[in-house]
Amino acid sequence: MSRMTGAEILWECLVREGVTDVFGYPGGAILPAYDAMLKFPIRHVLVRHEQGATHMADGYARASGRVGVAVATSGPGATNMVTGIATAMMDSSPIVCITGQVGSRLIGSDAFQETDITGITLPITKHNYLVTRAQDVASAVREAFQIAQSGRPGPVLIDITKDAQQTSVEFDWDGAAPPPVIARPVPPPNRDDVQRAMALIAAAERPLVLAGHGIMLGGAVDEFRAFVDATGIPVAVTLLGIGGLPASHPLNLGMMGMHGEAWVNTAIQEADLLIALGMRFDDRVTGNLKTYALNAKKIHVDIDAAEIGKNVPVTVGIVADLAATLRAWQPHLPKPTLTGWLNRITDLKGDSAVRDIQNLPDDGHLYAAHVINDLWHATEGRAIVVTDVGQHQMWEAQYYRHEAPRSLITSGGLGTMGFALPAAIGAKRACPDAEVWAVVGDGGFQMTMAELATAVQEQLAVKVAIINNGYLGMVRQWQEFFYDRRYAATPLLSPDFTKIAGAYGIEACTIRTRADVIPAVKTARAHAGPVVLDFQVEQEDSVYPMVPAGADLHAMIRRPNPLAETGADE
Amino acid sequence: MLTFVVQVADRPGVLNRIASLLRRRGFNIDSLTVGHTDAAGISRMTVVVEANAEAAPRIEANLYKLVHVRRVENVTEVATVCRDLALVKVATSVESRSQVMQLVDVFRARIVDVAPESLIIEITGTEEKVDGLVEMLRPFGVIEMARTGRLAMARGRPVAGRPETAPPVGATPTAGDESIACSV
Repeated sequence: MSRMTGAEILWECLVREGVTDVFGYPGGAILPAYDAMLKFPIRHVLVRHEQGATHMADGYARASGRVGVAVATSGPGATNMVTGIATAMMDSSPIVCITGQVGSRLIGSDAFQETDITGITLPITKHNYLVTRAQDVASAVREAFQIAQSGRPGPVLIDITKDAQQTSVEFDWDGAAPPPVIARPVPPPNRDDVQRAMALIAAAERPLVLAGHGIMLGGAVDEFRAFVDATGIPVAVTLLGIGGLPASHPLNLGMMGMHGEAWVNTAIQEADLLIALGMRFDDRVTGNLKTYALNAKKIHVDIDAAEIGKNVPVTVGIVADLAATLRAWQPHLPKPTLTGWLNRITDLKGDSAVRDIQNLPDDGHLYAAHVINDLWHATEGRAIVVTDVGQHQMWEAQYYRHEAPRSLITSGGLGTMGFALPAAIGAKRACPDAEVWAVVGDGGFQMTMAELATAVQEQLAVKVAIINNGYLGMVRQWQEFFYDRRYAATPLLSPDFTKIAGAYGIEACTIRTRADVIPAVKTARAHAGPVVLDFQVEQEDSVYPMVPAGADLHAMIRRPNPLAETGADE
Repeated sequence: MLTFVVQVADRPGVLNRIASLLRRRGFNIDSLTVGHTDAAGISRMTVVVEANAEAAPRIEANLYKLVHVRRVENVTEVATVCRDLALVKVATSVESRSQVMQLVDVFRARIVDVAPESLIIEITGTEEKVDGLVEMLRPFGVIEMARTGRLAMARGRPVAGRPETAPPVGATPTAGDESIACSV
């Protein structure tokens, strides 16, 4: 034991928890912590806005599986983190946010830059701490890391008063160990549940797996692959479940839900058994719950007991670790005969229009789907792609075929515009050898594009592909479909993005034709630093198919006048 | 109505966390009482929530997600002792005072303050019993009333597991053999 300030204890604990990188922005109430940071082996990324720090920590966590750490000062520094914390909460991303707070004797006095950040973040964190004494710093940090990573992961915030950072106390790492009650051990899958699940699988004629983010979060990628190979049951994935099974796997049907593949949504409605693994039946994947998968019995495995039966009644609900559950199932797995069912799905695929746009002739227009498809080709499907939110996000999910887990990072639950660039910077920090692309729209990019300076200053070579259609595209699409083409506040004037990039010293170019897409991507890949590519695409293109919000899952709006497939693309 | 007994770590803000969680998930709190227990550092809450029985497992699972929550018991369908305590200030005159005192006797309540023009009555019992007395007092003029809301404790069977024991995640409560809700 030795005497240390609260600030020193903070960093000592972070280092002992394995932290090497933090994303943050200094200010008055967090200054003692920043001063102490210089003595510790921590690489700090100076962001341009605290929202960026939280998204970077989130991107870091999603790319690596390690806890991401964001730091900010009190008051506005802390409130700027709110969007990023809520994003991490909705997508179960393990991050720890550390904020400075005014001195403990000033709390409640409306002091300069005082805000009740623990009160504000109460509903959007797994847990949070207000630390007013140096001797409580170590236990708060140790508990925060345990809580952020255990069970269903999520964000934890630690608000530390300035005097708690400055006061010196004896540092006692062992004495600060989290009490057992914090760990909340999840019971192993019980034998009855295994038997009931196996009986349902054995009896199923039209089974379908619904694979979610839990495949990655639960470290169950290998177990899941073994389950699929053993049973031969086809798989539909959620947006965040993309990468849980390689896109090239013959049983991976693709994405479900509002902009899922038509054959996937139809298969869900025709299935007689849904095996939901680490997903939560979000309204964007179910559509109208009253007509959702009425023919199917449901097995639902999730580590969060509050998710079982929340939206969809289940036949067998299993609250357990997913990898442990799949391991417990493996020796008992039946292999149902599914030839008829798989043939039926193949028939459904033939009827689909979703892939047609890939085969559109080059008519002088540049389609976003072309850009994503060519980006996939040019990066050999190996990039970590971080998307923003909107049409480009759905096109990415449809046309970039992800082979590896954690290779698509996107804000699914909260749908946070402005997420992509900072999250990509965080992902690049976590995986410096990986090729990281931020795929953004012209709207969302302008929400956080100040972080381009962060990428330059920290020499993080993220590549940015702007799908620039001059509209807030997804909102425009809703206006086209549901508001009689009244485009209220969706036409969007943007600056010349190449000049913006140029001002930061970043290589950039504008692409207007399909022939230029792959050469531009190749040039960007060859360049050592960050690159911005401005793809000026067809303005009034829409994402198909589409299940209107609240409509039946099988009531999809399909692409008008489906074009004959040429098959040239496969 | 669902009644939960929730044992929580006695930490600043824990009441706010419980109330905020129920509000956020769209459940209206009918009453909530909180106080110390015999175990140091543990507070005990009785929460009455406006919701139907199907919502109970979800409420319980959500409560368990709070780090400070140690144990949740759904006692809605379990034989329990339920008590509500009320202080009622009633307007009295020389003529009416003896009538009020008779009512207090019948309800086995107590008079805890006597003033020239009013009495304060303390009554403990089920909510129905308290309601009954209050209705009888209304004609005299109820000046002020304070009630604790429901306190509940399961009869007979021991409270399984001290708070130090990790809670069974997702466990559904096993209803006792008796299903007398809130007997006096």
